[in-house]
Amino acid sequence: MIINSRFFNRSELMGFIALAAVLFVILPLTLDVFRLNLVAKYLTYAFVALGLVLCWGYGGILSLGQGVFFGLGGYCMAMFLKLEASSVENTKIQSTPGIPDFMDWNQITALPLFWQPFHSLTFTIFAIILVPGLFALIIGTAMFKRRVGGTYFAIITQAVAAILTILIVGQQGYTGGINGMTDLRTLKGWDIRPDHAKIILYFVEVVLLFACIGIAQFIRLTKLGRILVAMREQEDRVRFSGYSVANFKIFAFCMAAIFAAIGGAMFALNVGFMSPSFVGIVPSIEMVIYTAVGGRMSIFGAIWGAILVNFAKTSLSESFPQLWLFGLGALFIAVVLAFPNGLSGLWADYVQPRIDQLFASRRAKAGWNDNSVADGAPAE
Amino acid sequence: MFGDYSIGDLGSIFVMQGFAGLILFSVYVLMALGLAIIFGQMGVINMAHGEFMILGAYVTWMTSNLFQTYLPSLFSGYFFLAMILAFLASGALGMVVEWVLIRHLYKRPLDTLLATWGLSLMLQQAYRSVFGAREVGVELPQWMLGSLHVTDSIEVPINGVFVMGLTVLITISVAYVLYMSRWGRQVRAVVQNRVMAGAVGINTEKVDRFTFGLGCGIAGVAGSAFTMIGSTGPTSGQLYIVDTFLVVVFGGAASLLGTIASAFSISQTQSTLEFFMSGSMAKVLTLLAVVGILMLRPQGLFALKVRK
Repeated sequence: MIINSRFFNRSELMGFIALAAVLFVILPLTLDVFRLNLVAKYLTYAFVALGLVLCWGYGGILSLGQGVFFGLGGYCMAMFLKLEASSVENTKIQSTPGIPDFMDWNQITALPLFWQPFHSLTFTIFAIILVPGLFALIIGTAMFKRRVGGTYFAIITQAVAAILTILIVGQQGYTGGINGMTDLRTLKGWDIRPDHAKIILYFVEVVLLFACIGIAQFIRLTKLGRILVAMREQEDRVRFSGYSVANFKIFAFCMAAIFAAIGGAMFALNVGFMSPSFVGIVPSIEMVIYTAVGGRMSIFGAIWGAILVNFAKTSLSESFPQLWLFGLGALFIAVVLAFPNGLSGLWADYVQPRIDQLFASRRAKAGWNDNSVADGAPAE
Repeated sequence: MFGDYSIGDLGSIFVMQGFAGLILFSVYVLMALGLAIIFGQMGVINMAHGEFMILGAYVTWMTSNLFQTYLPSLFSGYFFLAMILAFLASGALGMVVEWVLIRHLYKRPLDTLLATWGLSLMLQQAYRSVFGAREVGVELPQWMLGSLHVTDSIEVPINGVFVMGLTVLITISVAYVLYMSRWGRQVRAVVQNRVMAGAVGINTEKVDRFTFGLGCGIAGVAGSAFTMIGSTGPTSGQLYIVDTFLVVVFGGAASLLGTIASAFSISQTQSTLEFFMSGSMAKVLTLLAVVGILMLRPQGLFALKVRK
């Protein structure tokens, strides 16, 4: 059974056009390069939020460890960029030229084995997808096959985030420690630092984001998306109907991990460094906040959530650093208590009916007799 | 890694590290007891638990300053008053939070996690605004300093012994309250079947509020104990929250005995490993072991067999 015969229904199409207009046209035309680069940074979190919509909003699996996958993707990209920036000419003054500077500072004299393949861009691109994907597969298989879910899963993913952060900070010689990997310069000889490169990277990122939106929307519309929702609502009934609940959960979790990793890789490219402060528990929970504020059930809502919360964070912490944490905390409590569906829920409750009314009255005037209005917002 | 030490040295190392681990164990147990009551009995995930603990630590710090300035003669006994005040302050804040926030969320356990995280951010900022961003240290009275020499190579610090005694006392009283008193029976009745408990005349809302308050109050006492082993800053509590949750989950959420056993094994593993490798690697190995065991045995060490 096909629930929606079209890829986007009307309200989603409007959301799509609005987002595309803002990201492709309005922001690049109105913002200077510095601000545009900030938006690019916010959008890297939009990838994570998109993944969380699938995994948390649809699948009902709350992962508090998305920073892990964001970090893995980011570190894979950063390792490639760092190796390119640490060519023998660039690092002549080190006691061992040709290895990243932080290794030299930590008395490591040869490139560790797991760094070797990151000389190749092809390998790196595969690694960005596969490393977090496989990691999520392992965690997901171990947990969901044993029917660990809900709060336990959330706590364990949080512990994984803690472990990875401690490991990265502790193994300074191999990972750059608390400072992370800084001073990333070129991608295959193309300098990523000047303004025109930032603009190109911004557009690459937006295109990638829309590709991911397409994938997420596709998953949502197929039977798979329906099963995810059913699983969230009545897990046992889905199991008794003969579906393997664990496999669907693993799939949703892996997709979320891969989206987060793409975001992380774009972060390393756009911002020019990667550090453990984007991996740990606090950033992971902030990523959940973006999704919750935007609306955990709405693909476009979550992306707006990521952009708006980050925008508020930048502007508030620039002008009132004291207020930021208060504001974020209060926002979070308010969203959970009063608006569990976030901004998109508010939109669907207050703005959308007006728009529908407008369309309906126009149609009535024109004398149309069209039942497709009924497929507006799905009932979930 | 054992090769460089003689048998006698190794013995001393294990005893000394074991004792250092016991202090960590005490803080874990006190933190986890409160959390086990709140999470295990009520199903609420309180991410602000660390901040309740830090409130207790700040209360202890203020009491010690107060005694130093106005009652220097009674300074040696301030700690007992500080603990009671810490318990009351954290417990009162806990009851307010339950009334304002938590009671609306009992049906959505995952959302309590998000809301209490928001609360923890606000509390951290409040501490930063009131007490400043710098970490504060509490001055201990004279009799708590120094250490006992058991043998030539083994020393145990007095404040550690004190904290442990305190932990044992609090654990026994919590167990007594939960399993022997009338109120404890009511708590357990509400946990087992909320509707039936209400039907037989138990005021479930009141029970919830006091249970949450008790859990937070114990966190406050944990904060008092915490001042002896670390300095107190606005974000100190956050460092412990994940460990504590792991302790509770590892022990089996609804079991007090399990909580104690898991706090003991986690703190001892970490403390013993710390002697042989860097602190961060010891922590990584310990957490990995816990996560690994939880994957094999998701219900934790001591699981109650209940029909769902």
